[in-house]
Amino acid sequence: MILLETIAEPVAATGMFTWAWTMIAVPAVVAGLLLVAGKLSDAWGHLLATAAVFWSFAIAVCLFAEQLLAPATERAVSANLYTWFTVGQWDFQVGLLVDQLSILFAMLITGVGGLIHVYSIGYMSHDPRRRRFFAYLNLFIAAMLLLVLADNYLVLFVGWEGVGLASYLLISFWQHRPAAAAAGTKAFVMNRVGDLGMLMAISTMLAMFGSSKFTEVNAGAAGTEPMWATLIGLFLLLGACGKSAQVPLQAWLLDAMEGPTPVSALIHAATMVTAGVYLVVRSHALFEAAPIAQLAVVIVATVTLLAGAWIGTSQDDIKKVLAGSTMSQIGYMMLAAGIGPAGYAFAIFHLITHGFFKANMFLGAGSVMHGMNDDVNMRHYGGLSKAMKVTFLTFAMGYLAIIGFPFFSGYFSKDHIIEAAFADNTFIGICALIGAGITAFYMTRLMLMTFFGEERWLPGVHPHESPKVMTIPLIVLAVFSVGIGAVMNFWIQTWLEPALGIHAHELSLVPTPVGWMTMAVVALGVVAAWLVFGRSSIPVVAPATNNPVTLAGRNVLFGDQVNDFLFVTPAVALASAVDTTDAKGIDTAVDGLGRAFLGLSTQLRRLQTGYARSYALTMVVGVLLVGAVLILNLVG
Amino acid sequence: MNTLLLPLVTGAEVTFWVVAPLTILGALGLVLSKRAVYAALSVAVTMVGLAALYASLDAPFLAMVQIIVYTGAVLMMFLFVLMMVGIITPDSTVESLKGQRVMAILGGIGILAFLFFAIGGSLYNEPATVTAANEQFGGNVEGLANLMFGRYVFVFELSAALLIVAAVGAMLLAHNERVRERKGQPELAADRMYAYKTKGEHPGSLPNSGVYAGSNAIGVGALLPDGTVSEKSISQTLALRGATIDPAPLTQVTGSTFAAIEAVRDEDED
Amino acid sequence: MMNPENYLILAAILFVIGALGVMLRRNALIAFLCVELMLNACNLAFVAGSHITGTLDGQTTAFFVMVVAAAEVVVGLAIIVSIYKTRRSTSVDDANLLKL
Repeated sequence: MILLETIAEPVAATGMFTWAWTMIAVPAVVAGLLLVAGKLSDAWGHLLATAAVFWSFAIAVCLFAEQLLAPATERAVSANLYTWFTVGQWDFQVGLLVDQLSILFAMLITGVGGLIHVYSIGYMSHDPRRRRFFAYLNLFIAAMLLLVLADNYLVLFVGWEGVGLASYLLISFWQHRPAAAAAGTKAFVMNRVGDLGMLMAISTMLAMFGSSKFTEVNAGAAGTEPMWATLIGLFLLLGACGKSAQVPLQAWLLDAMEGPTPVSALIHAATMVTAGVYLVVRSHALFEAAPIAQLAVVIVATVTLLAGAWIGTSQDDIKKVLAGSTMSQIGYMMLAAGIGPAGYAFAIFHLITHGFFKANMFLGAGSVMHGMNDDVNMRHYGGLSKAMKVTFLTFAMGYLAIIGFPFFSGYFSKDHIIEAAFADNTFIGICALIGAGITAFYMTRLMLMTFFGEERWLPGVHPHESPKVMTIPLIVLAVFSVGIGAVMNFWIQTWLEPALGIHAHELSLVPTPVGWMTMAVVALGVVAAWLVFGRSSIPVVAPATNNPVTLAGRNVLFGDQVNDFLFVTPAVALASAVDTTDAKGIDTAVDGLGRAFLGLSTQLRRLQTGYARSYALTMVVGVLLVGAVLILNLVG
Repeated sequence: MNTLLLPLVTGAEVTFWVVAPLTILGALGLVLSKRAVYAALSVAVTMVGLAALYASLDAPFLAMVQIIVYTGAVLMMFLFVLMMVGIITPDSTVESLKGQRVMAILGGIGILAFLFFAIGGSLYNEPATVTAANEQFGGNVEGLANLMFGRYVFVFELSAALLIVAAVGAMLLAHNERVRERKGQPELAADRMYAYKTKGEHPGSLPNSGVYAGSNAIGVGALLPDGTVSEKSISQTLALRGATIDPAPLTQVTGSTFAAIEAVRDEDED
Repeated sequence: MMNPENYLILAAILFVIGALGVMLRRNALIAFLCVELMLNACNLAFVAGSHITGTLDGQTTAFFVMVVAAAEVVVGLAIIVSIYKTRRSTSVDDANLLKL
């Protein structure tokens, strides 16, 4: 199938590539500066932060251009920065790897991140802590860039943790809201579960390969025992599940909507949740060597894909519908990544197109909320297409892209994944196909409830279009949502081939039978949604229902309840049992020991009469005993 | 043996059999006598006896030191302390600790048996006697001096230091710091008046002993008008010692005189 | 020639009498005298030992014991006096601070 040896060794950094580290350093330094400078930087902090991200974007584009010009075998560049630390036989270097995969990520992160920065200038303009917000955003960007540009797993882990920290800070940015504070904590805790997997994976790698460098791990992976490869693969999958909100660590994602909308866009489109996909694709050699781990990835991805779509169908909160959709789309990417060489390129392809159209839709949702006094309930929307034309049109582009309308970006990327899934396993393919239908259903529902139908606005709400600083990023993202798929369709496989060792599919613009089927299913979903939500008026209050499917969807598939039942309740019970054991068992034993000795010594104390004469007698007895021993020795 | 050298001793064996019982008697006197003074005196007998034994063992220097240090210095010091501490009531013979006496005697017997056992098996040869060693430097004192200022000079110096430290320590222990200003006569008078005011104590001097025509000896108590003895007039030490003189015969003379006067007065009135 | 064991036996008897006195007498002064008696018994044994071995080391040791005993007497009597000053008693049973 694939020949791992064909993956070219990265060449040393020269020229422009020696500037690669500034991509990470500039946002990180700016983040620190804004936090340290405090109120002094209130006036210009947001501008500096935005400029920092665009600096990184400019560097990324320059590097990309240099790579395009270079021959295919010399595109991967590694830049060793400095020695982190040396422990025994292990020598940890901080180095960057700018190859075909990471440069795409870097451009996506900085490009979409930059647009989100611009958008945030308008969105957060009334927030007194805007400067702090931008500092956190820059920290997020810096951490994510460190994650994708690292040339070994340990440095990647630093970025990984940085992303976790930044997401915590941003999700709970409005910390005065208990829900936001709880959501931040929840995201942090669930991410820690995943981080455990990452740590175990890195430790196992160090034990197996003696290094955590991608090149050395990949080189060693083929010769590893399947058992160890599977173990590392499963640990990595756990880590990926935490960051990418895959089942069973998905529960934090919907709560994370408590953060400001640009944060949701950043987390969902460009940065955090894609880290899991990046990790699986980056560790392709390990997963090649571990079919069981690959199968686990596919299963997790398929379950998440359907679960996310399911949640999306019955939520009324516009951001939570989009969050469910993110889960589902990340599920597609993981599915592609789990399928193997046939899917890596499509996973990245879908990741990039999704990055654009999901950022577009999140920012659009933010724009809608902006006009609706921060109301997120879609049942209070309706008929907004006339009130917010730009938002509507850009959102519609994103909508068409995500459902896979022909020749929009999602059409290319998602159909490839479904085809690859069918090629791998018919059942998985059918699941992916159903997922596409449900996606069409819930996205159509969202569109109908938000932009069409009668106006169900709450009294006092006067929807208005957002300022230009918000709409211009929307327009840019909408353009990419439409066009990026077609542009990258034929190019992405050959571009990534040297980095990932994929084997390219023959692609054509004429739909395959699976493609036709997908289109039919998508159309079915759209029509079904129109039949349910488009024809009749939508009640302002969600109707009571006994339909278990709807109930499960509204309650996010009872993820919290499951977690409570499986982990929280037993943990609390265990803690109280330990507490009881400590208070009743250990304390009693310790105190009892003390009391026993107290009683014993009270008895023993009577031996101490305090009379010197008694002590003299005791000495005489002692001398006699010693003498007796001596005599017995002599005699014996 | 060395009778020629030391005319004090006529013969070691004789000396031993005469002196040994005396030392044991002295020791027993120490343990058994009820009064501390008798105990101190009987231990003096033992010490002198031991000095005689040292002399019979060709150790004239030690014999002298024994007499000077023990009977001369140590025992005198004991007697001084006895004097300071005061003549107190003799020790009660009732043992206050339960089982102490029986156990002590059993323990003593045990130790004795143990020592006898140890001594019994140890000697097989004739004693070497220190005659030769004494002759080596021209005498016992010279021999000892050679050792003390030779091999044991460091120990000797240490013992000197010990003596100094002991003397200073004893001074520190026995000396007590004056805590408040010394009281003069005005202060003492004020104290007495204060005691009279608060506790009703008699401010004047105590009654003298022996306000009798017959005797004013220190052991004779003063008589109160009703004929009883005032306890305040007799030293407490004398009372404890039981050295007071019974006042009954002494009061007899006064009583009869008094009765005669009464009788005459009655007649006059009649 | 007399058996030198007799001296040692005498020393043992004196020693045991002294020990008995320490254990039985309550008067601190008498108990202290008994300690002196025990030291003297030891001295006798040392001198007898010197006689037996034919060297003067035993006598030297006896001399040092006397020096130490003298120092001990000085300090011990000072202690007895100071106890008597505070407690008005020379009974060893009354000095019961060793008891809790």
